[in-house]
Amino acid sequence: MDINSFGIVFALTGAILASLMGGIGSAIGVSMTGRAAAGVLTDNPSLFGKVLILQLLPGTQGIYGLLIGFITLTQIGILGGSSDISAAKGLLYLAACLPMAVVGWISAFQQAKASVASIALVAKKPDQFGKAMILPAMVETYAVLALLISLLSVASIGGLNL
Amino acid sequence: MGNDTIYAVARVRSKELSLLTRQDIDQLLSCKTYDECLRILHDKGWGTGGEETSAEALLSAEEEKTWAFIREITEDLSPFRVLLIPTDYNNLKAAVKCVVTDTEPHNVFLPGGTVDPEIMMRCVRENDFSPLPPSMAEAADNAYHTLLHTGDGQLCDVILDRACLSEVQSAGKEAGHELLSQYAELLVAISDIKVAMRACRTGKNREFLDSALAPCTTLDMVELAAAACKAPEDVFAYLSSTPYSHAAEEMKISYSAFEKWCDDQVIELIRDQKSNPFTIGPLFAYVLARRNEISSVRIILSGKLNHLDADMIRERMREMYV
Repeated sequence: MDINSFGIVFALTGAILASLMGGIGSAIGVSMTGRAAAGVLTDNPSLFGKVLILQLLPGTQGIYGLLIGFITLTQIGILGGSSDISAAKGLLYLAACLPMAVVGWISAFQQAKASVASIALVAKKPDQFGKAMILPAMVETYAVLALLISLLSVASIGGLNL
Repeated sequence: MGNDTIYAVARVRSKELSLLTRQDIDQLLSCKTYDECLRILHDKGWGTGGEETSAEALLSAEEEKTWAFIREITEDLSPFRVLLIPTDYNNLKAAVKCVVTDTEPHNVFLPGGTVDPEIMMRCVRENDFSPLPPSMAEAADNAYHTLLHTGDGQLCDVILDRACLSEVQSAGKEAGHELLSQYAELLVAISDIKVAMRACRTGKNREFLDSALAPCTTLDMVELAAAACKAPEDVFAYLSSTPYSHAAEEMKISYSAFEKWCDDQVIELIRDQKSNPFTIGPLFAYVLARRNEISSVRIILSGKLNHLDADMIRERMREMYV
């Protein structure tokens, strides 16, 4: 069997990993923050608006993963066009998706921990919501950096002569 | 357990807002009368709708509320055994003494233990301790027969107190959380220090000390017992070489200063839990913080009832968690 026939397999694996790991990370993260938010709202329902924002913060990695997965599917011809890509290109797509997959998963989990702590802060000092939101948002930086690298890589691989 | 406690810890954070602060304590201290103190406490939501007119009823209601809250937010109360075991052994002591002296148990049982006092009474009456947990059954059997044959209530207490401390120590280790094992260790060590000092001042012999002191890792029982057989100064000298050197300093001042130091040590131990969003630590810390404030309020109410000067009561005030 021609090794090049696996090109599309490698590329699709990358797209799936980006969506899967980012999505799992976000699902776990939003679940953790959701439980913390529910705990706070049990005694103080008026904080709903504030804790909802904190709950959603770890949800962005899933969206980033979806974005990278979607762009990769478009580039490799799964959603239309030619899907005839070499094994080398397939592996490059796989590698390009990995930053979003790995960083997305880990950052969602870590951001959830920071958000849970911030929800506790808002529970005790609602007026400190601004500060409480910035702290977990800092973790987002690294998910955004990974998104940028994956995005630039996936978008550029198609132009390579491999 | 970390992620499982997220909801519970968040509830605790909200509840911590209603814990008494130093300002609240100052406000209570500045009250002119006992009734004024009670009124302020009722205004802060203490008790059950202002029905309690006595301090004990009010404080019992608060203790009940704490455990009701803990039962509401966590299904597994087993890590809290460290806090509940002393209640069980207190009730066991009462049950043994009531049966041996053939008296009816009126207001002698504390609420909130892990074993129903009625079961304890039945076990002692029928001389069948098998329904009790194994370690408790062995101690109860021993204490009951000792009291029956010797009539020595103190010896009975010593047997049950030591069994209680040993069980607290094991429960702390089994809980699998550093805070709980540290608390258990602190509780056992402090109890041993109290026993050693009391035995020293009342001239108890080495045999008594060996049977009364419960083993712990931060104190050497052989050295503590040897020091307690001599003089209080020898106990202080020994303690100065242990992590409890401040205990000796406080004890030199007064016993109430030492008691305050003991309670403050517990608050110091749990203080870090204020910034811990995971694990059972914050739940455990909340229960201890509530006990601490109940203890502080008890001192204030008792002081007000006996018309003590506010400054005198203030000296006995414990550190607050929030």
